[in-house]
Amino acid sequence: MPKIYDLLLEDVRFREGLTACMNCGICTAICPAAEFYNYDPRKICNLVQSKDEEKIEALLKSETIWYCGQCMSCKTRCPRGNAPGLVIQVLRKLSQELGYFTESEKGRQQYAINRTIGENIVTIGYCVTVEKIVPELHPEQGPVWDWYYQHAEEVVDRLGGNYKKDGPGALRMIPHESILEIQKIFEVTGGAKLSDTIETFSEEKAKDMDIPFNSAIEGNDYFMHVFTKNSNHHQK
Amino acid sequence: MEIKKQYWNEYQKEIAQDDYFYERSCIRQTFFPGSEATFLKILRDELGKKIVDDPRIHTCTGIGYHSDIVPFDTTMAICARLFSLMNGAGLKNYVPSCVTSFGIFNEVVETWKHFPEELEKTRENLRKATGREFEIPDNIAHPSDIIYNFRKELSRKMKYRLVNRETGKPLKVVEHIGCHYSKIFSKSSIGGSEFPHVLVGMIEEWGGEVVDYPERRHCCGFGFRNYLVMANRGYSIANSKKKFESMKPYKPDFIVSNCPGCTMFMDRWQYTIAEMEGITYDEYGKGIPVLTYEEMTGMLLGYNPWDIGMQVHQVQTEQLLDKIGIEYDPHDKYIGVSGKNLGVPEKPKNLVV
Repeated sequence: MPKIYDLLLEDVRFREGLTACMNCGICTAICPAAEFYNYDPRKICNLVQSKDEEKIEALLKSETIWYCGQCMSCKTRCPRGNAPGLVIQVLRKLSQELGYFTESEKGRQQYAINRTIGENIVTIGYCVTVEKIVPELHPEQGPVWDWYYQHAEEVVDRLGGNYKKDGPGALRMIPHESILEIQKIFEVTGGAKLSDTIETFSEEKAKDMDIPFNSAIEGNDYFMHVFTKNSNHHQK
Repeated sequence: MEIKKQYWNEYQKEIAQDDYFYERSCIRQTFFPGSEATFLKILRDELGKKIVDDPRIHTCTGIGYHSDIVPFDTTMAICARLFSLMNGAGLKNYVPSCVTSFGIFNEVVETWKHFPEELEKTRENLRKATGREFEIPDNIAHPSDIIYNFRKELSRKMKYRLVNRETGKPLKVVEHIGCHYSKIFSKSSIGGSEFPHVLVGMIEEWGGEVVDYPERRHCCGFGFRNYLVMANRGYSIANSKKKFESMKPYKPDFIVSNCPGCTMFMDRWQYTIAEMEGITYDEYGKGIPVLTYEEMTGMLLGYNPWDIGMQVHQVQTEQLLDKIGIEYDPHDKYIGVSGKNLGVPEKPKNLVV
């Protein structure tokens, strides 16, 4: 296998996001994740630019790289024009490609995101839509959402939408030909491969952890495990 | 303070005057479908502009991209397909409804400028997958940029002002700019990342007073994977809470945002905090109403609040409508498109509705 650092360099976002970090820590000072989690983007940039393969591999297997919320406040403030948020994106990409993401609680959550947002994109053409925000999984949405969810077509169409129907308008049904083009783009550009990779490594991990795993969300214990498990060991 | 107010002038951008191609937002059309309809109505009926709403458009992948399950190559090709649709409509001005999408399109186009090989790769990928070709837009503007640009013209058409009817004083408005509007590419915004002026310009033009509070520029806390996964939502609510605590002493009349996600989170997390801890950030236990900028504009133009979607907020908006003196029919609030009464949502335990 090539060196991890060389693999990181293959991504333009890594080359753009980390040129000459002087470790001033302004990114950490403004970072919402650093305030909430045991997380320090300054340390990550320092570790990565050390090019220490052993340490970078440990980082890819750690909880740390999954804390960032990608608000990109770091991009705004870095006096050298670096973007630790972009560095994180590339670290996460590699962690998934190498299967290291299943070594951490936060990394294993990628399976749940792939099964929800990922599947939505290639099947309905949206990241989210009303029917995908099931009240049981989203108690924070409150009773108005329950009401909206129950009467989605009546509400959306009153508000000028075109719920799950042909033609333009909010929440319309995207034409089948467009969905096929989206799927083909995912096949050609590596999107489908990444999805399969996440699925394969997650299934292996579920076996290791002895948690039942299946192809649906319903009745899939591994999905619910990664979606809800919080060891509460992530704060300072 | 005056000098600080002038900083925004250094960041101006070109905003196309007409002939737009609209891209709907996964989040905005899901949570605030009335806001997208209101924007299109304002452009067509109030301003007489041409804007195309093509049924073949789709997600930019933004939420998937920023939660790392969609590779950058895929996102670039998906954006290229959307540009191809715009080209097919004979248009050059791209208008993405979502702030995440706005950031994505700016990132993709900037990448293509700095790394021409990425542009060539994307052209090849799109051709191979769909047989399509594409050209980069001449102009990318967020819809809030366009409303800002025509704020004076719209002001002349408005039936109401951001003024308390009883006291005659300007309403105190918290403006929240979605992070990806200006924090990634300051030059793509009006006012830059430190002093974004896009909402300030609207609020001040329409009679309101902007609240300058300590955590004004802090993220709402969406954090992509930090909300999408149930186990992580403590991150999201904690960040919103930090903002609410910081703005509370200024007693804002309402919050307005140009980002659909921020609008939803700042509405829902107020409900959640009220139910979990019995805390609200106003004097009456009702919470601070949170509007989209399209709702704010439509409301002042005199549109029926229940036609533009103000009933789908968890923090109720009547307290704001009453302050301004906006007329509305309470019996019309929960009526569906068919004319059927859809019943009233359950009352929360703590949040007063």
